[in-house]
Amino acid sequence: MSTLETIPNSKKEVLVEILLRLADDRLILGHRLSEWAGHAPELEEDLALANIALDMIGHASALYGYAAQLEDKPDEDHYAYFRDDIDFKNIALTELPRGDFAFTTARLFLFSTFSYLLYNNITQVIEEEQFNGIIKKHFNEIKYHLRHSREWVLRLGDGTDLSKLKIQQAIDDLWMYTGEMFETDKTENLAAGYNLFIDVPVLKNEWMKWVTETLEEATLKTPDNNQYMFTGSRQGRHTEHLGRLLAEMQFLRRSYPDADWK
Amino acid sequence: MSKSNSKPISHYQNEWPLWEVFYQPGNGKPFEHAGSVHAPDAEMALQNARDTYARRNEGIAIWVVPTDQITATTPEDSEAFFDPAGNKPYRHPQFYSTPRAVKKRK
Repeated sequence: MSTLETIPNSKKEVLVEILLRLADDRLILGHRLSEWAGHAPELEEDLALANIALDMIGHASALYGYAAQLEDKPDEDHYAYFRDDIDFKNIALTELPRGDFAFTTARLFLFSTFSYLLYNNITQVIEEEQFNGIIKKHFNEIKYHLRHSREWVLRLGDGTDLSKLKIQQAIDDLWMYTGEMFETDKTENLAAGYNLFIDVPVLKNEWMKWVTETLEEATLKTPDNNQYMFTGSRQGRHTEHLGRLLAEMQFLRRSYPDADWK
Repeated sequence: MSKSNSKPISHYQNEWPLWEVFYQPGNGKPFEHAGSVHAPDAEMALQNARDTYARRNEGIAIWVVPTDQITATTPEDSEAFFDPAGNKPYRHPQFYSTPRAVKKRK
């Protein structure tokens, strides 16, 4: 499954599509986080962001690996390096440029809250043993990503005038990209029917509650949901930023397809 | 959010305070000093300690302590504190034989 708006027509194709959606979110956000290596405001935070980036790229690698096994592809690299932007199904939130530390923190918090709720819920419905095992294993790391980013939102929001201004701006700027988390389409409906996924819109209320609670504690304002929301990334219609990210991420592997770690 | 009442010193105005990190390698094991981290407060000190010193399965628990809360001996203390112990090897337990009854239980 890799072309625009193609509907998978077997359980296996549906599963592969779901695996790729989950993995693409994590690979792309992991890549954005990895851009902080050597640039974070403090050495300790540099390590923390690199750790989280590695966690996410690891999650993507496991999910791609499972998809490769199902589709009889050589390995996970096939999905990371040899697909074009139109084939990637990550939400736009994950591909936006890394921004400043407030933007990175806000994005990680909004995404990790979603990720936590999603993983917590899908482990309860997924019957495929291997898929469920992967999700359960990664869930513990997501708990930490949420804790780390939440604590930073609290500190930036309830910190200095400048840190509050920056984190509020970041939350406001990111808000139009949060709608895609709770969108669903035919593929996901099919997946829910096969007990491979859930109906994600049901997570929205709880996500709003968690996010609002943290923002209130951080003395920040929750943006209005009644605004333009970006859409289309799950079907391959991305922002201009993904292409550039992929160019950087993929060029080496594509220029030297047989390159090896030796 | 956990908060520490103590305010550790920072030598530079723009630098986060320093915390000493201790980790426990396993159940029932004594905590060992791992090193130090900078952090703005206790919760972030714990998280930074986790990211810096517990990434390779080193331990099962972490303590962080504001560095300025540790009272330490100085080199000037060493004569009075440590020299007297230097020539008292009989204080080491290997000089005492284990009673037979205890040996049997092993």
